[in-house]
Parts: sequence; structure tokens; C-alpha cells
Amino acid sequence: MIHAIAILLAMQLVGEGLARLTGLGIPGPVIGRVLLAVLAALSPKLRKLVEPVATTLLGHLSLLFVPAAVGLIQHLDVFASDFWPLIAALSVSTLLTLIVTALVFIGVERVLPPAEAAGKEQS
Amino acid sequence: MDSFDVAEFLELWVFLEATPLLWLTITVVAYAIGDSLSKAVNRHPLANPVILAAGVVAIVLVATSTSYTTYFSGAQFVHFMLGPATVSLAIPLVTNWPEVRRHALAIVFALFAGAATAISSVYVMAVLFGLDSTLIWSLVPKSVTTPIAMGISVEFGGIASLTAVFVIATGILGAVMVTPLMNVMRIKEPAARGFAVGIAAHGIGTARAFQVNPVAGLFAGIAMALNGLVTALLVPIIAGLV
Repeated sequence: MIHAIAILLAMQLVGEGLARLTGLGIPGPVIGRVLLAVLAALSPKLRKLVEPVATTLLGHLSLLFVPAAVGLIQHLDVFASDFWPLIAALSVSTLLTLIVTALVFIGVERVLPPAEAAGKEQS
Repeated sequence: MDSFDVAEFLELWVFLEATPLLWLTITVVAYAIGDSLSKAVNRHPLANPVILAAGVVAIVLVATSTSYTTYFSGAQFVHFMLGPATVSLAIPLVTNWPEVRRHALAIVFALFAGAATAISSVYVMAVLFGLDSTLIWSLVPKSVTTPIAMGISVEFGGIASLTAVFVIATGILGAVMVTPLMNVMRIKEPAARGFAVGIAAHGIGTARAFQVNPVAGLFAGIAMALNGLVTALLVPIIAGLV
């Protein structure tokens, strides 16, 4: 476990460093993810080593958002001035985004079925 | 209880309250309670563990009149783990790489369509409701993760702290909406469901997706990372048009 944590932290650290150096606005952890993906693809041993910790972290991703969500509750006064317009704008936009993204995702694959489905020679 | 005990208790409280340990413990315990409740009702979308846990913590903070700054001194350790968790997504990405590649075309199209919808729909709604320009630009990047959203917001005259609040609110809205919405739309594919919630509701949506299905979680994580980049590209273009 300790090796896995060390690897995750090291990847993030290198990622943060590269983010600073490149100044592309790509967050350090995202660069760290790409680096780890490349290493894990090259070494199945490394992938197996990190896997249990990664699975646990991702399974409890909700925990990591609790401090930020507490911040939201503490700052609900932000909504006070324009409560309904803000709630409506956020809700409708989130709803539309979910609908459009899912429909385009499904739609593209209906028009151009992914390789595996095509391989089965569905008519 | 005589007054001596009260004084002793207060002294203990003052000591504990000043240590990060207390607020770290409360955060983790509140989440454990929220997660158990969420499991007990079969991951019902309204019983979101983030909302439940944050609610419990908020009640404790109000009851003890504790400031968010004091709370965050302990909670920061949990918050910090978002970085390693983001890196962690490399593992399911590699494990399911053939599945990801198979959906590459859908990913690209849904990414741009979703990002453009997220930005333009909230802009149009905010303008229609007559919100002022500071609020409008604080709202526009609400579908991407907080650090990226705050950067975009400030660049166009929004306020970073407002954006942080709108980002979290959006995440919670998306996490609650996605399951019933996709059921109504009869979209069953975990990849499509996950990708949609990752685009609309960043990390909190991704957390929801991981609770429901690991493949949905993976696609949500991919969507969230790509949307951060595409939104940073699209907002200046859309800003140029309006």
C-alpha cells in the first residue's frame, strides 16, 4: 500500500512541476494521471501495485468533496440576492448538458457503431 | 453537572477545537454515516453521501459556532486527497483502455457538444433572468472542476469565490439528476451515462458515477478532465461572440 501511495504522490508532484513549467493551464494531477497511465500501460506489475489504493480512493471520491460541499452550505448567502434565477439557471443548464451529452454519445454510436459491434456484423 | 465539570469540558473543547484532528474526524465520521445511509436506500439519487455528510458537518459547525476556516484546518487533509484521486484514474483508464478506444468517436463529439451546451445554456439563462455581468461570468464555467472554473471566471470578470460555490452546487445538482434522467431517457449504457455526468457535473458527478458503476465512473472521469480543457478553449470563443 505504501508503495502505491508513494507512486500516486510522486506522479502528482511531477505533474504539478510540469504544469508549472509548461504553463498550459492543464492541472498538475491531470498530467500526473497521464504519466501514471503511460507507466501502468508499460508495466502490468506497477498497475497491479497501485490498483487496490486507486480503487479505494475512487470508490470514496464522495468523501473528498465533503469539505467543499460544507463550504457551499456556509456560503448559501451568495444565492440570497437572486435565489430563483440562479437555481433555475444552474438546474436547467445542468439538465440540458446531461441530455445533450448523453444523446450525442448514443447518437454517434448509432450512426457509426464502434468497431466491436461492427465486428459482430450486425445488420 | 456542576460548574466545575462544565469548565473542564469547555477547556477540553477549546483544546480539541484548535486541533485539525477534531474536524478531520468529524468529516470522515459524517461521510461514513452518509455513505451508510446512501447504501441503505440502495444509492437513491437524493440520498447523496456528499449532501448527507456536508449536512451533518454544517449542523455541527453551526451548533458550535465554528468558522469555515477553523473547520478547513482539519478538513484540508481530506480535500488534499483530490489530487492523488485524480492521478488514480490512470488505473481504470489503462485497465479499460480497449473500451475507451472503442468509444473514441462518441467521446469527441459528446465532449464538444456537452461543453458548448454547458457554457451557452447557463449564459443564455442568466442573461434572460437579467443577472448582472459579474454573476453571469461567475456562472459560465460552472461545469468544470473548481480550480479551472475559478481561473476562467476571473479572466472574464467573474468572482472566484462565487464560481467556487456555483461549481459545487452544479456538481450536486448533476449528481442528483443523472440517474432518474437517464432512466427516463432509457439510456442504459454506463459509458454514456458516466460521460454525461462527468461533463455536466465534474468531480461530484464522477463520484456519483463511481458509486453506481465502475465503467460509468471511468467515463465520467475522462469527461471531467477533457471538459476542463475544452471549456477553457470554448469560453473565450463564446465570449467573443456575445
